[in-house]
Amino acid sequence: MMHRALIFSSLNPIYSQLSTTKASPDSAVFPKRDGAWIGPPPVFRLQNYKRTLLPPLCVASDSVANQPKMASQDEQDPRISKISSAIRVIPNFPKPGIMFQDITTLLLDTKAFRDTIDLFVERYGGKDISVVAGIEARGFIFGPPIALAIGAKFVPMRKPNKLPGEVISEEYSLEYGTDKMEMHVGAVQAGERALIIDDLIATGGTLCAAIKLLERIGAHVVECACVIELPELKGRERLGDKPLFVLVSST
Amino acid sequence: MFAGDQNGLQGDPRLKAISEAIRVVPHFPKPGIMFQDITTLLLDHKAFKDTVDIFVDRYRDMGISVVAGVEARGFMFGPSIALAIGAKFVPLRKPRKLPGEVISEAYVLEYGTDCLEMHVGAVQPGERALVIDDLVATGGTLSAAIRLLERAGAQVVECACVVGLREVKGQHGLNGKPLYILVEPRQQINCSAPPVNGVETCRHDDLILGGNFGSPVNTTSKSD
Repeated sequence: MMHRALIFSSLNPIYSQLSTTKASPDSAVFPKRDGAWIGPPPVFRLQNYKRTLLPPLCVASDSVANQPKMASQDEQDPRISKISSAIRVIPNFPKPGIMFQDITTLLLDTKAFRDTIDLFVERYGGKDISVVAGIEARGFIFGPPIALAIGAKFVPMRKPNKLPGEVISEEYSLEYGTDKMEMHVGAVQAGERALIIDDLIATGGTLCAAIKLLERIGAHVVECACVIELPELKGRERLGDKPLFVLVSST
Repeated sequence: MFAGDQNGLQGDPRLKAISEAIRVVPHFPKPGIMFQDITTLLLDHKAFKDTVDIFVDRYRDMGISVVAGVEARGFMFGPSIALAIGAKFVPLRKPRKLPGEVISEAYVLEYGTDCLEMHVGAVQPGERALVIDDLVATGGTLSAAIRLLERAGAQVVECACVVGLREVKGQHGLNGKPLYILVEPRQQINCSAPPVNGVETCRHDDLILGGNFGSPVNTTSKSD
């Protein structure tokens, strides 16, 4: 069975009062070093938690405000918490210190996966979006179902040398070095309204490259959409004036 | 088997439109290969939707609880099918992409080997599974996918691809599992068709129906 857990933000008032002794015995994902937990404290199920103390998961966030709106419990879509708890956190992947947000467990939960797509489709359907651009490779999992549901085409944004036809490329920075993102020439026309989708936004470097590619050919990027945001990495700011919509905010 | 062979889909105009929406890119990734580019299919909303619908119609009542998609183009088709039939989606990935504990299966390439991985625990014993990819060439990747699922105790009901040759050449033979294909690969011949959405496609009747695909060089290649 997949280990499902509620993931609490460190800003959560309950969280800051918690001692680490509440950890479930098999939460091996959060090892101790010198008596202290590495990374966020262990995840576990709370009985009867107060509804007003839910983590700041935001259904809609406006980059102009520079802070996600703190949704009260009444505003937060009830599907969000199940989506959040279906995401597995893997510590120290791909390297020490990184808490990897693994969406593959979300894809195993048919209702939560369905809800994820529905939340995006509800937001973008009927908004005259003709292009959904998905970033390799996990953007390929969420993008096409959204595109099909809203009547848009799907455009894969790929690593170098994968697309067979003529491409335009955009280089972007990594922590060490650079990488390149490519899109087929002719896939998108000037003036089209586009949505960019990926599973997660961290620093925002990849999304920025995707925005640049689409804008270079004259498309209008309406919004970037991700399942997960890592707000401490400030990707939202890096997107500048481009709005960002996320389902789950994870610290 | 081919979708067009079956009662109900013979002469289905959707299959012709799907075939015509696929662009052929010659000599990619290397000379002699006529690459079947499904990205142009994804630009044609109706043809893309029909592709998914044909698979969904076939698999919705087969008790399938797992759709396994092969990285990366299998990801473009698999999740939509999974969502529509109420199955979970399991990505089968290149090495070191999946963050959790994995099982790995090696498979043979033209030169050398590669490896496909699946998360431990994604699939339970006894589950009925569908494997999906955009194209089948030699069947090496699909065979590795089948082995992964069977090692986890699942029963692979069928492999499904958008594009494939009538006979899967090579030694693999998909371990005896049935293969369902929508359209055959095309060869770009004197393409003078107008671009669609600004992208060149071949829309005239150059379907090769079975038999020798033309030159002695392997003209269909699998790369992710």
